[in-house]
Amino acid sequence: MMLILCPYCGPRALPEFSFDRPVEAITRSDADTATLVKTLFERDNPRGPSRELWRHTYGCRSWLTLTRDTATHEISDIRPLGGEA
Amino acid sequence: MTGPFRTTSGGWVRRDKPVSFQFDARSMSGLEGDTLASALLANGVSLMGRSFKYHRPRGVLSAGVEEPNALVGVGEGARFEPNTRATDLFLYPELNARSQNAWPSLGVDFGAVNQLLAPFIPAGFYYKTFLGPPRLWKVYEHFIRAAAGLGKPPHLADIDVYERRAAFCDVLVVGAGPAGLSAALASARSGARVVLTELDACLGGSLLGDPALIDGKPERDWINEVAAELTALGVRILTRATAFGFYDHGLVHIAERVVEPGEPPGADGLTQRRWSLRAAQVILAQGAIERPLPFANNDRPGVMLSGAVRTYLHRYGVACGSRVVIAACHDDAYRTGMALAQAGVNIVALLDSRDAADVSSDLSGRAGARFPVYANAKLLSAEGGAKGLARLKAQVGGRIETFEADLAAVSGGFTPSVHLHMQAGGALDWDEARGVFTPGTGRQGQVSVGACNGEEGLASVLAQGWRAGVAASAKAGFTRNPGAPPTSDEDRAIGAVQGFTPPPGADLKKTFIDPQNDVTMFDIDLAWREGYRSVEHLKRYTTLGMATDQGKTSNLLGLARLAHHENRSAPEVGLTTFRPPFTPTTLGVWAGEDTGFDVNLLRRLPLYDVHAAYDPPWQPVGYWRRARAYLRPGETLAQAGLREARMVRTTVGVVDVSTLGKFEVSGPDAATFLEKICATSVSRLAVGRGRYTFMLREDGLVNDDGTVWRTGENRFLLTSSTGGADRMAHLMSYVRNVLHPELRVGVANVQEHYAAIAVAGPRSRAVIGRAVSGVDLPRHMSLAQGMMADTPVLVLAASYSGERAFEIYVKSDAAVQVWSALAHAAAQEGGGLYGLEALEILRIEKGHVETGGEIDGRTSAHDLRLEKMLNPRGGYLGAAGQGREAFADPDRLQFVGLESLSGPIPEGSMLVSRPGAPAQGHVTGSGVRTLSEGFIALGLLRGGRLRSGEVFVASSPTRGVHATVRVCEPHFHDLDGERYRD
Repeated sequence: MMLILCPYCGPRALPEFSFDRPVEAITRSDADTATLVKTLFERDNPRGPSRELWRHTYGCRSWLTLTRDTATHEISDIRPLGGEA
Repeated sequence: MTGPFRTTSGGWVRRDKPVSFQFDARSMSGLEGDTLASALLANGVSLMGRSFKYHRPRGVLSAGVEEPNALVGVGEGARFEPNTRATDLFLYPELNARSQNAWPSLGVDFGAVNQLLAPFIPAGFYYKTFLGPPRLWKVYEHFIRAAAGLGKPPHLADIDVYERRAAFCDVLVVGAGPAGLSAALASARSGARVVLTELDACLGGSLLGDPALIDGKPERDWINEVAAELTALGVRILTRATAFGFYDHGLVHIAERVVEPGEPPGADGLTQRRWSLRAAQVILAQGAIERPLPFANNDRPGVMLSGAVRTYLHRYGVACGSRVVIAACHDDAYRTGMALAQAGVNIVALLDSRDAADVSSDLSGRAGARFPVYANAKLLSAEGGAKGLARLKAQVGGRIETFEADLAAVSGGFTPSVHLHMQAGGALDWDEARGVFTPGTGRQGQVSVGACNGEEGLASVLAQGWRAGVAASAKAGFTRNPGAPPTSDEDRAIGAVQGFTPPPGADLKKTFIDPQNDVTMFDIDLAWREGYRSVEHLKRYTTLGMATDQGKTSNLLGLARLAHHENRSAPEVGLTTFRPPFTPTTLGVWAGEDTGFDVNLLRRLPLYDVHAAYDPPWQPVGYWRRARAYLRPGETLAQAGLREARMVRTTVGVVDVSTLGKFEVSGPDAATFLEKICATSVSRLAVGRGRYTFMLREDGLVNDDGTVWRTGENRFLLTSSTGGADRMAHLMSYVRNVLHPELRVGVANVQEHYAAIAVAGPRSRAVIGRAVSGVDLPRHMSLAQGMMADTPVLVLAASYSGERAFEIYVKSDAAVQVWSALAHAAAQEGGGLYGLEALEILRIEKGHVETGGEIDGRTSAHDLRLEKMLNPRGGYLGAAGQGREAFADPDRLQFVGLESLSGPIPEGSMLVSRPGAPAQGHVTGSGVRTLSEGFIALGLLRGGRLRSGEVFVASSPTRGVHATVRVCEPHFHDLDGERYRD
C-alpha cells in the first residue's frame, strides 16, 4: 500500500487518495470528438514514470499532480495542481 | 513420561512441565516448549498424515514453517483450524489434533488405492479431463471434487476476536536468529526505533538447533542478554509473529499469534493480531530453508531434513531415530552426524555426494573416526511404509549398497528465504556452485543478512547483521556509537555443491519433489515432454509449489529439473513470482473486527430510528439503509409493496428519500458551471423553478440523473442518485478545479445536511396543506419556502411516482418532527408510509430510468430516449463524446417497456427469441400494474426503440423461470402526465 506525501497533510496511506487519470488525459471541455478520443483513449501505457492527477479525497480534498513509476510505485514528485514545476 | 525417544537432558523444553495432548484420539504427553511434531516424535509417532493425491503415508520432514507433510486439523468446533503444520504448533494443555486425508484411519487408509491409480492421474490430469467429451467431465468432476483440497474447512462461524494494529518504526528486523539479533542490537544502540519480529515462540533462530559460543558465552546466555538489552532500549519484540507480506513503501504485514491454533483464548477472546507496520528501513534475517534430496520414496516417514534432525535433538531433546543414515552434499551434514553420535545414536553411514578430494581431510577424518563416511555416494531409494523406514539403498561409487536404518537425515543444501525480498521487488543473483538464488539489490532499500543472504559461518553472519543494523540506523538518521559487534569462533563455509540430480536408476515416478501436492520428478519430466517450457506454465500444469507450503522445500528442485531439460541455467529459466503471504494466514487475520454487522460501517440518516421502530426489512443503499416496506401482520414483502404502491396511486403516501445526493451550487458563475455539468439546459431556469436533468460522463455515456432547482439568482440545488452522489461530487470537483478554475462558483455537498421526504398521491396537496404554513403550494416543478412543525422547510413540487407529489427538504436535526407531521397528515387523508419496494413498482410503471438499472454506464441519452432534453447549445461535459462512432450503432441496447403475455417477468432475465438462443437484451426492473392486472417490466434491448410489438422470452435459465413478453413503449401509467401537471 503506497504512502503518499500530500503537500498539505504530510505522508498518508493510499486509501485516502483517489487516482483520477494521467495528466495527458485531461481533456479540455470544448475539445471536439476526435481530440477527445485521442486524449481519453489513445494513450500510452508507460512502464516507468507517469505524470498523474490524483485527489486527496478523504483528506484535504486537494488536487495533486504526481510522478509515479508504474513499475515500482516510486513517487518522485508530488505537488498541488498548477504548482510550479 | 514424555516419550521413549526423549533424551535424558538438555534442550529448550521444560522437562519439569509435562503437557498432555491428543492426536487422533490418542492421549499423549509432551513438554512445555514442544511443538506437536517434536512431542509426537518423542512418543515414537512418525506417521502424521496421508498425502493429498495418492494418500501415501507421510511423516514430518522439517522442524519449521516450511513443513510440507505433517499437516493436522486442530481445535474444537468453531475453533477448528485445518492444514496446521505440526512443526509450527506449540503444545498447550488439551491440544486436540487430527491427521488429514485419511479414512478410516491413518494406519489403514482406503484412499491409498489411489497409489495404484497413479498411472492414470499424472501431471495435468485435471486439464486433460477437459479434452474428452463433456459428459465424461461430469464423471471426473465428482471424483476430483471429492479428492480436492487438503484439510476439511471449519463449518462453524469463527467465535474468536482478531485485531489489527498499525505501527511505525525506523528499522524493522524480520527474524531473530543470530543475524537478526545482531542487526537489531546495532540499530537499537544507534538510537533508532526498532521492531524485531520472529515467527517462532522464542528468539534465537538457528542457534536453537546449533549450540555455539558467542562472545565467549553459550548461545542461550547470549540470546537472553541481547533480548534483555533490546527490551531495555525500547525495542518492540514480537514473537509468534510472522512477517508474511512486504508491500509498497515499507509496509510489512505481520500476523501475530496471541494463542496457538485451536487454543481457547483468554478473557478478551483475542487469538491473532495483524500488524500493518510502516518501516523506514527493513532488514531481512529470515534464514534459509533446507532442501530434501531426490531419490525414490523420499517421502516416506523416517526421511527427514538433516538440520531438522539436529534441531529436534538440541532444541527438543528428541532423537528422531536409532539407526541413522545421513545423506548430503555439504559439510553441514557432518555436524548432524557428530551431534547424533554425541547423543549416542547409531550412525549407520554418512553418504557425501562429493568426491573425497572435495571434503576437507580434517572434517572427514574427525567424522570417520566416529562413523562410516562414504564419498561419491547418493541415496537411490528408501524402503518402508506407514510403520517407518526399514532400509535404504544407495549408489556408492558405482556400487549399490543397502543400509538397515530407521531414519534418513538428508540435505540438498540450503535455500535462502528470499520471499519478502522478492515481494518488495528485489532482484536475485544465482550462485551456480551451491545452486541457490541469493538476494540482489532491493527496490525498497531492503537488506538481507545472514543465511537468507546466502551467508555461512556464525561469525560472518553476526558481523553482517551488525553492519546492516548500523547502516539502516544511519539511513534513518541515528548515528550513536553502537560499540563492538558480537563475535564467534565458529566461522566455516559448508562447501555445498548442487544436490538436484538423482542417481542413475532412481525410480522417478516415486521421487517426490513437492510432497504436499504429490508432484514427482516424473511429472516434471512429463510436463516438459508435453511442451511446458515456461516455469509459470510448468507450475500450473503440474501444481508444483501450489499447495499451502507454496513449495518452500520444492520449488528450486523443480526449477533445476526444468533447467536441466532445457539445457539452460536456472536464472534463464526463471523463478515463479513470490506472492504474499509467506505462510498461510487465516481469514480472520484479514477480517479483523470487520465481521457481521461491522463488515460495512452503517451510517444512520436522521430518520433511521423512525423507520427502525417498524422493524422493516432493510435494503442497503450506499452507506445507508432504507426501509423496503412497512409490513402489516401476515403480509409478505411483495404484498406490502403492492399495497403501498396502490395507496400512493389512490390516496397519498409518505416516503423518506434522504439518501439522494444533494449539492448546493452558488456564485456568480453557478449557472455557467451547471451548464457544463448537466446535459440539459439550466441557465434559462427561472428563480423558483426546477427541472429534471441528467449528467454525462466525458465519454458521452449517461452518468447519473436528478433534478436541478434555482433557489436564487446565483444559487442552485442539484440532486443526484444515492449511489451516484460520490461520483458526482468527484466529477464536479474535477470540472471546478481542474478544467475551469476560472469560474467563480462553489459546490457544497449537502447530502446528509438535509433530510428529504416525498409526499405523493392524489391527496398530497391536502397533506401539505395540513402540515405546512405560510406558503402557497408550488406548481409542478416549482419550489416554495415555508414552515412546518415550527421548522423552515423547502417544498419542491416534483413527481417520481407519476402522481402529484412534493419533496420536503429540511435540516437534518429537525427531520423527525417534520416526518411526524407529514405522516400524521397523510394518515388523516387516508394514506400512510411507503418504502423502497413501492417506490420501485411506481417508477417502473411510470417508466423512469434509474441509475444502476437502465443508467448502467453503457447507455447513451439516445438509448434512454432522453435525447430531446439535451442542451442544443452543447458545451456540457460529454457533448463531444456522443459523437463517437459507436453511438450511431443501430444495435445498441436501448430502453424499452415489456408487457407480459404470461406470468411474472423474472428480474434480471435475458431477452431471447427462444430459451437457449443468444440474448438480445435483458430485464432491468420487473413489476406489476398497480390499478389494473398484468405484469410489466423495463429493459434494455438491442435496437429496442424500433422493436415495439415484437415478442420475446424473458428467460432466467439458472432459476428455470421464463415469461413471454411483448416490447412496448416504456410508459404504463398516465402517459401525458395529467395526474400531476397544473
